[in-house]
Amino acid sequence: MISAAEPASVRANNGRMPRTPQLPVEREVRPTPDRYRNPIGRYKVRRSADCRSCGLCVELCPHGVHQKPPGYSLTLRPRDHLCIGPDCAQTDHYCIERCPNHALSLARNPTADAMGDPRWTSDLILSTWHQAETGHAPTGGLEFQHGASGGGFDKLRFRFPERPPVALDDSEIDTGLELNRRNDGRPRVHIDLPIYGGGMSFGSVSIHVMLSKARAAAAWNTFTCTGEGGYPGRLEPYDDNVITQVATGLFGVREETIQRVRVVEFKYAQGAKPGLGGHLLGDKNTPDVARMRQAVAGNALFSPFPFHSVYSVEDHKKHLDWIKMTNPKALVSVKVSTPTDVDMVAVGSYFAGAHIIHLDGSYGGTGAAPDIAKKNIAMPIEYAVPKVHKFLVAEGIRDEVVLIASGGIRTAHDVLKAIALGADGAVIGTAELVALGCIRCGGCESGRGCARGIATTDPELMLQVDIDWGTQRLINLLAAWREQFVDVLRHFGMRSITELRGRTDCLYHLDYAKEGEAACD
Amino acid sequence: MPKRYHIPIVPAPARFRPVGKYGTVDWREDCSRCKNCVKIQCVYGIYRSEHDYNIDPSSPTEPLFDCHACLSCIQGCTKGLLSLSINPEYLALGGDYWRPDLIAATWEQAEAGRIPVSGAGYRGPFSGPGFDSMWTDMSEIVRPTRDGIHGREYINTSVDIGPKPPHLALGPNGELDEKTEPLLEVPIPVILDIPPWDPPNEAIPSARIAAAAALGTLSVVRPNEIAAAAPNHLSSLVPLFEEPRFAEHEPLLQQIRMVEIADGPDTLSHAEQLRIINPDLIVCARLRLEPAAFERVWALYEGGIKVIHLCADTQGREFAGRPRFVKDALRDIHGRLVQEGVRDEVTLIASGGIAAAEHVAKSIVCGADLVAVGLPLLVALGCRVCSAGHNGSCPADMQSIDTSYAVQRIVNLMGAWHSQLIEVLGAMGIREVRRLRGEVGRAMFQEDLEREAFGDLGR
Repeated sequence: MISAAEPASVRANNGRMPRTPQLPVEREVRPTPDRYRNPIGRYKVRRSADCRSCGLCVELCPHGVHQKPPGYSLTLRPRDHLCIGPDCAQTDHYCIERCPNHALSLARNPTADAMGDPRWTSDLILSTWHQAETGHAPTGGLEFQHGASGGGFDKLRFRFPERPPVALDDSEIDTGLELNRRNDGRPRVHIDLPIYGGGMSFGSVSIHVMLSKARAAAAWNTFTCTGEGGYPGRLEPYDDNVITQVATGLFGVREETIQRVRVVEFKYAQGAKPGLGGHLLGDKNTPDVARMRQAVAGNALFSPFPFHSVYSVEDHKKHLDWIKMTNPKALVSVKVSTPTDVDMVAVGSYFAGAHIIHLDGSYGGTGAAPDIAKKNIAMPIEYAVPKVHKFLVAEGIRDEVVLIASGGIRTAHDVLKAIALGADGAVIGTAELVALGCIRCGGCESGRGCARGIATTDPELMLQVDIDWGTQRLINLLAAWREQFVDVLRHFGMRSITELRGRTDCLYHLDYAKEGEAACD
Repeated sequence: MPKRYHIPIVPAPARFRPVGKYGTVDWREDCSRCKNCVKIQCVYGIYRSEHDYNIDPSSPTEPLFDCHACLSCIQGCTKGLLSLSINPEYLALGGDYWRPDLIAATWEQAEAGRIPVSGAGYRGPFSGPGFDSMWTDMSEIVRPTRDGIHGREYINTSVDIGPKPPHLALGPNGELDEKTEPLLEVPIPVILDIPPWDPPNEAIPSARIAAAAALGTLSVVRPNEIAAAAPNHLSSLVPLFEEPRFAEHEPLLQQIRMVEIADGPDTLSHAEQLRIINPDLIVCARLRLEPAAFERVWALYEGGIKVIHLCADTQGREFAGRPRFVKDALRDIHGRLVQEGVRDEVTLIASGGIAAAEHVAKSIVCGADLVAVGLPLLVALGCRVCSAGHNGSCPADMQSIDTSYAVQRIVNLMGAWHSQLIEVLGAMGIREVRRLRGEVGRAMFQEDLEREAFGDLGR
């Protein structure tokens, strides 16, 4: 069973400031269509002028492609993003052949073919949209589990037993995670999903996106993260589900913001630009952003790299102690990237007192970053997770820290694979943005910012994302992912997602598979 | 304090519209002229710049060269008439090694002189052959990084070319016992090489020489290109002699600092002739990268040639039946020179397959002191690396390029590469590119990572 969130009153306030009453958000899947007029699907169905509006196609199609609402004399333009394509020809309701006037035609949608890239294929983007719309994984043949990058997660598959060792009902399976394993007197913090939202600053994304993320986190009793750009006041009703970030620029970091939250994240590095600082271009530093960051509007803002106050594990500990003193109830997460000695960094962070070690692999990231850094600097997360997991096990401290993977986690199956490789959970970023309508054009940094209204603070562009719509899309996405977590755990007969951690025997790699296994794929 | 090295970037727009990746296909015949046109609302103003849109319905549909493929118009059109497509001309650029994205990124850098930046994560394959199967390291917490790119800390990208004595020999009174060998310092670990083919335009070699002079580095030239050099650029010249016709170039050889000689059976005696003409001349042997290259490098070293230019083919492969990639060959040759205890005496210049800034850093990690690039210089000028067009039908019209434009495009490309090299070095916390040489401990190789991470899967 999903354990209920602790009531806010139980979570003691440290007494230094009045708390804003926390607003609950309902955890319910509701259909939430694309916010654009023309949703994109794999196929295009065209209706020619030969159509006589007889309505046969409306009767035939079980997927809702053809619609003729009561009182309409003409059939509507096909909602072709729902079409399952030529496979439908095997059935008796294939509209293309059944149309008495031969007015319908079917073709692949060139737009779908032109979208995407090896990491986020067109199918992954479309299937993420589908999950955000419906709250369930797609059934029409869209690939939703892995991309086509030819390595890492995309080459890993689950080795399911022929039948589950224990037959479990879905309601018996727990996908929750404890974030404090240290037994240090600080509160236990439980999240209902093994995932939370990554740090995206106010400035890099709009307040509507931040609020959508925070509200979805509140609905699922998990977290979102402010990133390094200050703590907008509008997030206060969701304080219990917000992680605030302390990063090298210290933009917007105040005692009060640290005292407001249950988890504080130190960002030492980020996967998008490992070893490099952050950079908010002047155009995106609007007056609102500047106020939040206590900076001058219009100036480019640099976060230096690294923390110039931290050059040793002792300095690192001093840093964490500072946060722990400022907020005696908070857990501390340390976000690092993936250098060759990432295992040593993780152990050092444990001894410095971190509750959560968050590894950010090099292929992810949401913000603008130099292409050379994204591709070449630091190792992909698929390599870093087993390396750190094994080292923490060998050091005998694995069960005292929570290991979180991020940077290239695109799908529910990526999360599960990261856990099987040794992580406790994952942080997602791009997947959330895709659910909100991102198509990964990469133009986050140009001019006014994101054309889709996500990674922008432009007052006109940002209105494209409505808060309620965004919240619901993310709630749906998480619901769809949870269904997949439960589904995989049921196949393995596991009652809790924590049982999957480090179970590399549940995985195989297509390149090194034993005979017969590759054929299963 | 010496003046910091600075590359003068001046934006140099492409002479023709670069081939864009995306185009929008539309069915104008069905347009209802609803006046809600999403094309007018394009946030990038692309349709406005395509100003004849909707005025002349009969005009052919042109691909939108600057389209960012944000899909806003496609998803917003009232009747859903628009679709996105990838420009087939874009997909036809280059080949297996010079992929379209690499060519487009090189154009962008040659135009703007800046580091290519994009959002929303990496979008390429997980790994690939050659340079794509290694990653460079970064520093975390206990090893400070260096903030080179914002100028807070100085990261030195200079390298030395020339024979380096293993130790100094001193006379009885503490004076240097023998004459110091010539040593040449270049401020970036890149010299400009002869491209694999020559567009029929004399402005291009002279631009290569002038760009090398502007950058403070060197340019390899054929003897027949020497005349293209301005008199004040002579110190950037590195003539390549295929034949030992040194006598006819004697006055020049006395003014320049380095020569390359194509390796052959008589390389050592040719080097001797050159030293007689000009004792301060650095003599570099240029040899094809072959499986037996180390043996040849060793013979040259023993014969007194300490600067060696190893040339792989344009795709970074050895000349062999089953070629190794230049990175693996370099690791081998570098490692064996280290084992012999002479690595610091030798300068290795690598070329072939160096197509992006990351390849410079990775070649150096694998053991080169510096690299030489030829083909990227042509791409900077608009070359599409097509297999057909070196005979006058060049789609980039390389025949009509003038020198000053070509110099700036090459300088911009090198400026962008220099900035990226500083990013890589800064992330590693290395303040000297000289210290990057052979530092395989600060790189990660896929074969090792795969074994460590997935070696025990399912066992």
